Amino acid sequence: MVKVAHVQLSSCCGCLVSLADTYEQLLDVLGAIDLVYSQTLADVREIPDDVDIVLLEGSVCLSDHHAMEVALESRKKGKILVALGACAASGNITRFSKGNQMSKPVHDSFAPLTEVVKCDLAIPGCPPSPESIVAVVLAALNGDMEYLEPYAELAKYGSEACGCDLIVKVINKSLCMGCGSCAAACPTRAVSMDAGRPLVDKEICIKCGACSVQCPRIRFPELIEKIE
Amino acid sequence: MDPFGKYIKAVSARAADKEILKKAQDGGIVSAAYIYGLENGLLDGVIIADKEDGFAAAPKVATTREEILNAAGTKYTVCPNLSVVKSAVREYGCDKLGFVGTPCQVRSIRKAIKYPVGYRHVPDKIALIMGIFCMENFPYNGMKAIVEEHCGIKMDDVVKTDIGKGKFWVYSKWGDVKTIPLKDTHPYEQGSCHVCMDYTAELADISTGSVGSPDGWSTIFVRTAKGEEYLNKMVEAGALETKEIDAVKPGLGLVEKLALTKKEKNGKEVEHRKEIGLPVPY
Ligand SMILES: Cc1cc2nc3c(=O)[nH]c(=O)nc-3n(C[C@H](O)[C@H](O)[C@H](O)COP(=O)(O)OP(=O)(O)OC[C@H]3O[C@@H](n4cnc5c(N)ncnc54)[C@H](O)[C@@H]3O)c2cc1C
Ligand code: SF4
Ligand code: SF4
Ligand code: SF4
Repeated sequence: MVKVAHVQLSSCCGCLVSLADTYEQLLDVLGAIDLVYSQTLADVREIPDDVDIVLLEGSVCLSDHHAMEVALESRKKGKILVALGACAASGNITRFSKGNQMSKPVHDSFAPLTEVVKCDLAIPGCPPSPESIVAVVLAALNGDMEYLEPYAELAKYGSEACGCDLIVKVINKSLCMGCGSCAAACPTRAVSMDAGRPLVDKEICIKCGACSVQCPRIRFPELIEKIE
Repeated sequence: MDPFGKYIKAVSARAADKEILKKAQDGGIVSAAYIYGLENGLLDGVIIADKEDGFAAAPKVATTREEILNAAGTKYTVCPNLSVVKSAVREYGCDKLGFVGTPCQVRSIRKAIKYPVGYRHVPDKIALIMGIFCMENFPYNGMKAIVEEHCGIKMDDVVKTDIGKGKFWVYSKWGDVKTIPLKDTHPYEQGSCHVCMDYTAELADISTGSVGSPDGWSTIFVRTAKGEEYLNKMVEAGALETKEIDAVKPGLGLVEKLALTKKEKNGKEVEHRKEIGLPVPY
């Protein structure tokens, strides 16, 4: 049985809801795994040693030693550490946190997990779709490294993902052909299509990274070509 | 180089319904498949590139025959069909969605299905992916320059545009037919089309285009089991008239020639971009 832990730092539980929102697919996943730790779903106080997959949701508050310890502990105990969701992958909305909130006014510096410890995989999106979580967990269970490669790259290089990617990496590079995939992917509707190109409203973008991850002109893994 | 990608079979076909044929670009394959799907419960909503004022295009979710017929025909300008896919599922409640797009858009939707990070509850709702052949596309103002400046027809007066016989054709509602040689339209193409290596929508369930078949007919590639089942149902129900592709002129030879031309030309552009350090889709 593959041991999986769900760990949460600074986040809203949305990724957990997404994990739970997999309907019958959850049974496939849960049937294949042993959920050894999840503060919401399981009554366990300590992350056990030797977890196969740690799904960590949320960003890390650098001014909170407890959060730093949990991040390090997750890295140490998980064979595969997955930055689950945009807060862990790229900072997401917590990038805008400047502290001074009650009841923790000194909590003022939030970094995505990928910038604090080495992550093996990162699934952006706010929240990531249930389908993508299931696909990543199943691929990790099956050792399908080809499928996981884009998620591994995001864990390494994706911590600044943001709507600006569309301008900088796609439109400015003469790669955008106007499919609209980014606009559909955006959970906040920050992306609209104007004259066949995405227009990003920076006031609304929360830096979840879904738009650029979805763009086929940045990354188009070869295995997508295999259709039946 | 493989010109067409994987396919199960190729045929030449046209819609049996005369009204579809009157409004459609070529053999009316896309409109016929959509209408057949909606009327027979195979689809409950479809994405179309709707005609807007000034012969502009805008993606729309359609659920009726009328909407599909109003949107029939090719607009040679970018129409972000994927941008409405999620609202088709969320707002229109579609469970069985039909999608049409240029080869690049078909690639986008395949990516959204395989890597659905921002596509919650969408992958299992896509019931049919149709692709249309494509050599290049134009930004709206590029198409406008071709139509208004080169052909002297106002965008508001355009009823149809077409590419064929080496020319770009514009038909006005006053009955004018104007053309310019295709080579004069190249400066107006969108640059991103020049790294595109797909002519026949290689990842669609069913691909269609005019090239290879006689006027008023279309060439079809059936690529997946799903596409084959769908097309067989349409043929059995009499919604499509088909002919062996080998029995029509000019046939697959011309499609192959054009597909390879595109791949060779754009393959060079991809190499050139790599040389000068520009990114390419990978
Ligand atoms: C930019 C472009 C370039 C093309 N180049 C070629 C070519 O080189 N060779 C070739 O054989 N065929 C080409 N085609 C395809 C051809 O013009 C017809 O669209 C195709 O044969 C379908 O005709 P039909 O009669 O079956 O479809 P119809 O029943 O007329 O339906 C066509 C469908 O296509 C959709 N559509 C129209 N314009 C667009 C658009 N811009 N983007 C996305 N969807 C759209 C409409 O929603 C409509 O549902 C091209 C099409 C486009 C959009
Ligand atoms: S534009 Fe939208 S999808 Fe892209 S990073 Fe911002 S919020 Fe996310
Ligand atoms: S997904 Fe990429 S190619 Fe498609 S419209 Fe957005 S930026 Fe352009
Ligand atoms: S040439 Fe390629 S990129 Fe350009 S519109 Fe056609 S399919 Fe899309």
